[in-house]
Amino acid sequence: MRIQILAFAGLREIVGGAERTLEVPDGETAGRAWDALAREFPRLAEIERSIRLARNGAFVERDAALRDGDVLAIMPPFGGG
Amino acid sequence: MKYEITREPLRLDDLIAAVQTEACGAVVAFLGVVRELGDGDQPVDGLSYEAYPELALTEMRAIGAQASRKFGDARVAIAHRIGDLGIGEASVAVAVAAAHRGVAFDACEHAIDELKRRVPIWKKEHFRSGAARWRPNAVPGT
Repeated sequence: MRIQILAFAGLREIVGGAERTLEVPDGETAGRAWDALAREFPRLAEIERSIRLARNGAFVERDAALRDGDVLAIMPPFGGG
Repeated sequence: MKYEITREPLRLDDLIAAVQTEACGAVVAFLGVVRELGDGDQPVDGLSYEAYPELALTEMRAIGAQASRKFGDARVAIAHRIGDLGIGEASVAVAVAAAHRGVAFDACEHAIDELKRRVPIWKKEHFRSGAARWRPNAVPGT
């Protein structure tokens, strides 16, 4: 199945763009989709502990299941204010 | 009440108008502004902000609703600017109206603290030296 990745701030710079599609096995979790990206971009692995994930506009943990067409946002620590 | 992510300069009057009612005896307004010294007290030319607007607005609304529950009658509005900001420009504005000032001050502080902790917005510092770096907020307790 195919999901859409939204990357923000420093993560966007590492993966080279705000949006990309990622081909993952059916039933993949958010965390394993992140792992697949981190294999492609090893610099992501260095900051894995501090990232947050969101599925279709809502925060999720790594074990959240993905479906075809889902939007997975990957977010570094926030800096608003 | 009003929650906004915008590229335009922030207008505190609009936020105050969105929260004030005839029942309110106090309005507290907060502006976060870009200052000249960034990380390590190095001078900056400015900051650039980006957001995940959909999720940021969801979180901002939740912060307002939480403040209203936690602080009784507080009415909260929050706006955050994105894009490139120069020194002295406002990046975030919070307005809180309540019957009495104690609640309004407390709810305003709560709202800005929560925004920094849980709203997906990021800032990049553009140092006068030419370097640039994403700057996360300090996490309490670390």
